[in-house]
Formats: sequence, C-alpha cells, structure tokens
Amino acid sequence: MTVELVLFILLALVALATALGMLFSRNAVYSALFLVLNFGTVAVFYLLLSAPFIAMAQVTVYAGAIMVLFLFVIMLLGGDQLAPSKAIPWQRPLAVTLAFLLAAEAIYLLLFRGRPAGGIQPPGEIFGSPANIGDLLFSSYLLPFEVTSVVLLVAMIGAIVLTKKEKGEPG
Amino acid sequence: MVPVTYYITLSAVLFTIGALGVLVRRNPLIIFMSVELMLNAANLAFVAFANAHGDLRGQVFVFFVIAVAAAEVAVGLALIVAIYKSRRSINVDEMSSLKG
Repeated sequence: MTVELVLFILLALVALATALGMLFSRNAVYSALFLVLNFGTVAVFYLLLSAPFIAMAQVTVYAGAIMVLFLFVIMLLGGDQLAPSKAIPWQRPLAVTLAFLLAAEAIYLLLFRGRPAGGIQPPGEIFGSPANIGDLLFSSYLLPFEVTSVVLLVAMIGAIVLTKKEKGEPG
Repeated sequence: MVPVTYYITLSAVLFTIGALGVLVRRNPLIIFMSVELMLNAANLAFVAFANAHGDLRGQVFVFFVIAVAAAEVAVGLALIVAIYKSRRSINVDEMSSLKG
C-alpha cells in the first residue's frame, strides 16, 4: 500500500463521515459545519489530483463564502426548530431504497462496464497551476468567463431585489 | 498510484448521499446543502478525469461550476428568506401556494 492510497482512504472516510453527518444532524448549524469539513476534505483531494487552483477556489468560495452565507441564513431563520410534519409515511423508506439503487447502479457501471482510465498522476509543478488555468480561461474560454461574471451580477441583483423590504411593509 | 476509479466511486457515493438528503429532509436549508454536496461530487469527478486524461479543461469547467453554484446559493437563500418573511415558516411541505 502506497502512501497515496492510505491518504486517499483516510480522506475518503472523513468525506463520507462528514457527508453522512450533514445528512443526519438534527441541528442545521451542525449540518453546515459538517459540510464545511466535507468541502475542506474535497479541497485536499483536489490538491492530490494536482488542481491547486481549484482547491484554493474551493476553500475560498465554497467553504468560505457560500457556507458563511448558509450560516447567516440559518441563524437568521432559526432553521433548527422545524416541527416534525406529516410526511408521507412511505416516503423515507422509498427514498433510501432509490438512493441505494442509484449508488449500486453507478458503482456497477464504473467497476464492470467502464473503460479503465488508468491511475492518478502525482501532483506536478505545471499541470493545474493558476497560470495554466488562467491561460485557458482568457483564451479559449473567454466568452464563458465573461458570461459567468454577468451571471454573478444578475444573482447579486436578484438576491437584493428578493430580500429588500417592500414600501410600507412592517419590520 | 490510486486508480481513478476510486475517485469516481467516492464521487458517486457522495452524490448519492446528496440525493438522499434532498429526498428525506424537510428543511429547505439542508436540502440546499445536499444540492451543494451533489455539485461537489460532480466537481470531484471532473477533476479526477481531468487528471487521468491530462486535460486541463475539466478543471476549467469546475471553475465555472463553482461560480454558478455561488450565484445559485445567493438567489436560493434570498428566496428562502423571502418565503420565510411572507409565511413565517420554511417547511417545504407548506410551500404549495403556487399549486393550481
């Protein structure tokens, strides 16, 4: 067993445990914190996959900005005090069954039908560096890059319009 | 050397956990987080394949996915706050006012 394999297994266990913790926490704040840990673990995976730029973007955008936004909204709404509602009784077992089916299908396809795509290259100096990604972004993918900035602007305006107080609305 | 299949399997399992979260949880915030988990699993698959094929475009696509996810979260959370302001509740079972 190589060091990389041991590292992969340890990190995979952490990722799975935090994902399940996110799923099963009763308190929404704990869920958010588990998810931050999960995103951090995935960022380490990105480093192992020689994607340092994506790893840092993951930490700043996902684990930083997005999850802070989540925590703010959770604390604003007090999302942990949801009364248990009248859910359809057979919904939960059905959902679990379907999820297991999905996982089984995906893993079956991967292990028995997929073409073997070889192994992971160890982290290199050049591949996936910010300079290389920037090169691609500003040459072949310039239009999508600019469209992304418009998408972010529209999202920002949308969020402000959706949450701003109406005229004469109390509170 | 870790086979790329391991990474894709992990990505599939994380995606399934996210899908399960969307199906079983009633809190829209948790459902949102599960969607983020699914996006993240897809990103992991992208980066793993980018590495295995030596093609940087997979990573570029992940960059776009992250940007769109940020926009989606901003609008989605704003929607949840707006719904809470008008209904005083964020239970997804009660969000049926658009039903004809």
